[in-house]
Amino acid sequence: MISSVFYHLGKYYQLMGRAFSRPEKGSIYRKQIFIEIENIGLSSLGIVAIISLFMGAVVTIQSAFNFESPLIPLYAVGVAARDSMILEFSPTMISLILAGKVGSNIASELGSMRVSEQIDALEIMGINSAGYLIFPKIIASILINPFLIAISMVLGIFGGYIFGILTGAVTEHEYMYGIQYDFRPYNVAYALIKTVFFAFIISSVSSYYGYYANGGALEVGKNSTKAVVYSCIWILIANFVTTQLFLI
Amino acid sequence: MIEVKNISKKFGERTVIKDFSFTAEKGKTNLIIGESGSGKSVTIKCMVGLLEADTGEILYDGRNFTAMNLQQKKQVRKEIGMLFQGSALFDSMTVEENVIFPLRMFTNMREDEMRERANFCLSRVNINNANKLFPAEISGGMKKRVAIARAISVQPKYLFCDEPNSGLDPRTSLLIDDLIKEITDEYQITTVVITHDMNSVMEIGDKIAFIFKGEKAWEGTNKEILDTDNERVVDFVYAAKFMKALRKK
Ligand SMILES: Nc1ncnc2c1ncn2[C@@H]1O[C@H](COP(=O)(O)OP(=O)(O)O)[C@@H](O)[C@H]1O
Ligand SMILES: [Mg+2]
Repeated sequence: MISSVFYHLGKYYQLMGRAFSRPEKGSIYRKQIFIEIENIGLSSLGIVAIISLFMGAVVTIQSAFNFESPLIPLYAVGVAARDSMILEFSPTMISLILAGKVGSNIASELGSMRVSEQIDALEIMGINSAGYLIFPKIIASILINPFLIAISMVLGIFGGYIFGILTGAVTEHEYMYGIQYDFRPYNVAYALIKTVFFAFIISSVSSYYGYYANGGALEVGKNSTKAVVYSCIWILIANFVTTQLFLI
Repeated sequence: MIEVKNISKKFGERTVIKDFSFTAEKGKTNLIIGESGSGKSVTIKCMVGLLEADTGEILYDGRNFTAMNLQQKKQVRKEIGMLFQGSALFDSMTVEENVIFPLRMFTNMREDEMRERANFCLSRVNINNANKLFPAEISGGMKKRVAIARAISVQPKYLFCDEPNSGLDPRTSLLIDDLIKEITDEYQITTVVITHDMNSVMEIGDKIAFIFKGEKAWEGTNKEILDTDNERVVDFVYAAKFMKALRKK
């Protein structure tokens, strides 16, 4: 068990070394990065938007319900919605969702390229397949995920506003006051930096499981599942560590 | 010329290739034949360095490939074209982009020059009007031909083909075989073809190594193979019952 963890870590580390070695032709890699930004990032906008809107709504309504005490001011609902979106829901939850969507996508793409010998074909041409295939995905994720998470924060708080007012859980005035009350830009910066780490985890871990798939279609499916599971586990571990380090 | 000297390969405890030697000659189609699972693909993968042989040497025109570092190997690989068992075309690219890809990666040709070269290679393998199609949209035989076009786009000195006609009907198989032979002859390429198909053996077997359970059991040409007394070869060649009956006559 322990030795298998180290085996995988070693192999993962080696693969990253290859992925980050000097490219054969920079212009082609640059083009790939833009393609991946579209594949990985823009195509996730829809699901991120929907989930964020509803998450914001639920957090707001829940908080209003729980805070029904004369001792807690109603604007606390706004504060709670803002802080939970910015600190945890957007960076962590959305990253977990992206691990599912983007992770399985990356792993199955690379896995099917592996089993259909497309990766071998690249190697035979004298191309560093790890660099050509993995590097652009990691860079694209690191660039685009903070952007997605920022959108998620805004939409989450907006969702709380709309649904909070529609359901009568909170008044417009109090919600607006709440989301501005004691606002700390540091928290947003912290969340976005955290997101960069998560983006690296999602793209690199999924690439690892896809790249080293062997056998047939069945194996590709299994490795996609592993990619998602291990991405999620590493995100949760990293989340725990960063929270300990930066938020005390 | 490619010289393979005494290569062996184990997977775990299992020996898959044992002390295999073979010389592939320039301008000829050199065949490695044998039944499924006998180690043909592993042999060819060791030759091009996709797998590392445990022992032995591989020499490309005298250059010791086995002793090279990765950078030097990459240089040799640019002289290699390979046709994979499943074609291995890039799914995300059109037919034309597939053929252009190696040019884009390794030459400084202009866009129109690359397109011209790609079209020349595609027409050489008789693919016309399919440039904008994706691999999923063309037939198996066409895929093989596009893969050949991609392999020859950078004018390789060495061409490797792993079962070029597996999964094709006999007529298409013959077309592919002829194409490989013509191209080998035309550009004086050192070509290595893996096959278990007797039609191909008779059609293009300039030089043949017969591999049995990872060992070379026989070597010769397509003129000699029908007359050999080597039992393993006879079993392989005359696997079909009617062929055995013919041999008795
Ligand atoms: N990567 C690998 N790991 C373990 N065993 C392998 C691997 N590749 C091939 N083999 C085994 O080596 C033997 C020869 O395989 P192969 O060269 O593909 O046969 P074929 O002659 O049909 O091309 C088979 O028994 C196969 O199971
Ligand atoms: Mg094979």
